[in-house]
Amino acid sequence: MDEGTVPEGGVPARAPAPLAIILLVSVLVVATCGLIYELLAGTLASYLLGDSVTQFSTVIGSYLFAMGIGSWLSRHVRRDAIGVFVRVEILIAALGGWSAAGLFLLFPLVGDFRIALYALVLAIGVLVGLEIPLLIRILRHRFAFRELVSNVLTYDYVGALIASLLFPLVLVPRLGMIRTGFVFGLANVAVALALLVVLRHQRRVAADALAALVVAASLVAGLFGAETMQRWSEVAFYQEPVIYARSTPYQRIVITRQDGDMRLWLNGNLQFSTRDEYRYHEALVWPVLGRVARPRQVLILGGGDGLAAREVLRDKRVERITLVDLDPEMTRLFRDTPELARLNDHALSSPRLTLHHADAFNWVRRAQGTYDAIIVDFPDPTAFSLGKLYTVSFYRQVARLLAPHGVMTVQSTSPLVAPRSYWTVASTLEAAGLTARGYHAYVPSFGEWGYTLAAHTALSDAVHLPAHLRFLTPATERAMFDFPPDMARRPTPVNRLDNQALVRSFAQEWGKYEG
Amino acid sequence: MKAEPTRRTVLASGAGLAGGLAGSLALGGCGEAPLAGTLPGTLGGADWQRGHLLRDGKLPEPTGAVEEAGLVIAGGGVAGLAAGWRLAEAGLADFTLFELEDRVGGNARSGRNAVSAYPLGAHYLPVPNREARALRHMLGQFGMIVGEDANGAPRYDPYQLCADLEERLLWRGRWQEGLFPSGGLPSAELRQRAMFEARMAQYRALVGEDGRPAFAIPMALSSADADLRALDALDFAAWLDREGFTAPSLRAYLRYCCRDDYGSEPEHVSAWAGIHYFAARRGWASGEDGDRELTWPEGNGRLVQRMAQRIAPHLTPAHSVFAIRPGADGRPLIDVFDHAARRSRRLRARAVIVAMPHFVAARVAPAFAKAGAMAYAPWVVANVTVDRPPRGPGTPLAWDNVSHASESLGYVVATHQSQSADGGPTVLTWYLPLSRETPKAARKILMTRTLAQWQAMVRDDLLTMNPDLDGAIRRIDVWRWGHPMIRPSPGFLTEPARLAAEAARPPVVFANSDMSGLSLFEEAHYRGVLAAEASLRHLGHPFQSLA
Repeated sequence: MDEGTVPEGGVPARAPAPLAIILLVSVLVVATCGLIYELLAGTLASYLLGDSVTQFSTVIGSYLFAMGIGSWLSRHVRRDAIGVFVRVEILIAALGGWSAAGLFLLFPLVGDFRIALYALVLAIGVLVGLEIPLLIRILRHRFAFRELVSNVLTYDYVGALIASLLFPLVLVPRLGMIRTGFVFGLANVAVALALLVVLRHQRRVAADALAALVVAASLVAGLFGAETMQRWSEVAFYQEPVIYARSTPYQRIVITRQDGDMRLWLNGNLQFSTRDEYRYHEALVWPVLGRVARPRQVLILGGGDGLAAREVLRDKRVERITLVDLDPEMTRLFRDTPELARLNDHALSSPRLTLHHADAFNWVRRAQGTYDAIIVDFPDPTAFSLGKLYTVSFYRQVARLLAPHGVMTVQSTSPLVAPRSYWTVASTLEAAGLTARGYHAYVPSFGEWGYTLAAHTALSDAVHLPAHLRFLTPATERAMFDFPPDMARRPTPVNRLDNQALVRSFAQEWGKYEG
Repeated sequence: MKAEPTRRTVLASGAGLAGGLAGSLALGGCGEAPLAGTLPGTLGGADWQRGHLLRDGKLPEPTGAVEEAGLVIAGGGVAGLAAGWRLAEAGLADFTLFELEDRVGGNARSGRNAVSAYPLGAHYLPVPNREARALRHMLGQFGMIVGEDANGAPRYDPYQLCADLEERLLWRGRWQEGLFPSGGLPSAELRQRAMFEARMAQYRALVGEDGRPAFAIPMALSSADADLRALDALDFAAWLDREGFTAPSLRAYLRYCCRDDYGSEPEHVSAWAGIHYFAARRGWASGEDGDRELTWPEGNGRLVQRMAQRIAPHLTPAHSVFAIRPGADGRPLIDVFDHAARRSRRLRARAVIVAMPHFVAARVAPAFAKAGAMAYAPWVVANVTVDRPPRGPGTPLAWDNVSHASESLGYVVATHQSQSADGGPTVLTWYLPLSRETPKAARKILMTRTLAQWQAMVRDDLLTMNPDLDGAIRRIDVWRWGHPMIRPSPGFLTEPARLAAEAARPPVVFANSDMSGLSLFEEAHYRGVLAAEASLRHLGHPFQSLA
């Protein structure tokens, strides 16, 4: 059928001026919106999945390809181009407007996020691809072909420029990605509504208008609910792009990465940052190993990321490491994911390491044998259940496993933020019959951090450190045992299973700090 | 919507439990059941088929010759096991314990699944008083007491004392520490609570004119002063009214306590017993552990299992002792039905300890015991296996978790003692005493409700307390108790049947907590030890008294 002879879309040959103007403005709007959705998808993909070059190129490539499909499909729209255009606008408004919010909310819920991402990119791309060909057909009676192509493409490219400038300079910093989606969805639906208003005398618009209003209402609601949605979406909680997120029966494991800095979060608490974890782990491991003459058997409680094990394995005197961690998923992740296994030098696959998946609270009660060095690296005592791992009963069992000449260390939270909690660990180790000495190190991503050494005998100052360390030297090691007055030892209760003094003081001190 | 009617049964208030239960029974026919029926679980309980065989006199007369026996213990609950433990301690070799069920343990039985062991009934033991000598001796033997401090006070194994946090209460939408509501209460109510505490402290310290503590555990060691005994004449609610303890928050708390320890409403228990709950505990332990509790994942199942291990060769389960009568030579004749072989035997024993609940004992040994006016409080206990521990706003998960707004007593966490994980699956043991209904009507409800109906009720109650458990419930196993707890009704101190049971002398003596009127582990244990020692004396077997 020759389009030239059949009037389309009920547009009279001499359309009223407002329609032509609205249609040309809508070229500008749809072009801006189209590019915004493309940028949103690309940014979201690189934010959530990491590796921005790959994500951006594949998302933009798929989007452009989908637009091609849309353009091709436009030939199958044989009549009522303007009606179809209005409906396409309403659909784009719904899909594009909710795209950012939907992807954020979906991320922690779906198994393969990529499928959801590309399905949405393709759907929006196809719809956006339909817009320009339809508009050209609708407008072709108003302008000479020469003018038409010039006008439409000019507005299209101007829209692209507006979008690409607004997006990084105004929208992301001011509105955030979720709200940006809703705002541009509203622009699409505004185009549809404006056309419906102009066309109201020539055709039935009730059903389309109702659909447009429903979509508009949902977008407005989304705009105002964006704050709440950000809270639901844990992704928004982290400052950096999330590259891995998974719930195990025991915890929520999240890994973020930005500019080569990878961070591990358990239940929202930072466990390490690749920028400075060497400081934390050198300070955790070497004061212990450096005080044991022949550290052959080493026990690590906690530390499923394998980073403490990596430090210990550097000591060739160590014959065997026994590592006890609760969560099989955690050790699997840090053993089998190449990028993460590189962080711990494949420590978890070492033949010198034996892995036990158990609750350390129970494991130490059943364990036999003795260890020359014991490294206790649990999460902070944020809950009564975790507080059990810092009690005098627990330390008595650990002391049973510590060789007469052996030395152990305990991760003991920040002596600066929570001095009472910090020194409670020392008091509790002493109540379990051990000698205890506190020390601390500065780890930028944590702040001033504390540890406690303990042994059956007196703890000497003499320490033997290997040469290759990045943080510890004999001089910095000695300095760690010096506490300025604001972190100095103070009287504290002993943490017991039946008083949980530590959990209470920890909540109080950190609560004050975090406001 | 569907869940609403069952929730109402749990929250059944003035209308009484029966109405609510009947309501959801009717609902069971119209779609309520399948909703919960998709949950796996089992419906268990004391074997009342065997119990009713005995009640209805349907057990066959013994055939064959009368067999000679030494000492017989009839009943393998806490009292029977404690008697057996005491006999074994004294080195007596010739005794047999018959238990009707396939497993011993009575109210303190326990279950186990892949996630954890869990209690089916009694789940903790408060640190015993100084006067509970035999019990302390046993706890030392079982490694629960690990030594003494400089003052001679026992040091308990910290792993077996209930770990912090012990209790939390859901009050006005937030969890708070402890069981008494705090915050938002008028000062008059708080004052009443303080006055009540002060009164109980007075009673706790009070020594009678006979030199005994006003309230003791074992209760038999309490003062016999007339003004104290007079408290037994009125019910606890009437006493509270009389003394002006009328604040709703205080009364709700006291009702919780009464139902927790006695399975009964304050209106149905003696004021003496009501005060005993608060005034009798003077736990004796090193340091500040005196007011703590011993508990284990399987509850008091740990204690009965240890007692049973000690006397394993003497245990004969699946045997009902169904008649005890005086023999011609003064030695009692005992008829026992073997449920496996399906035949009865007659024994002539040198002595017998009747360690059955009193209402059964009166039927089995009518020549020695009268039924009297004893009532028993029925219970439902559900073990709920969940994928993740409960949470909720406010204070984090405790061992015992109670909702102010629920008719249930809440739930204890089986893995509280044994895990440090802040996540992972666990088992919650949920308790409901059917205290609003008459015991008879409540037992009828126990026997007629289906598993799915119980499950729906438990689930709804739990999800009301912890909406965060939605989707995390894996299975609900329900256990019904028909006669688990003697009710200390007003006048129980002078109840003739109780006094007669106390006064019985060998060769036929009784051992059960019904004789104390208080269904406590300590009471059952004490009665078992007393009966064992009386029997040892009768048999002329030498021993040093622990009682």
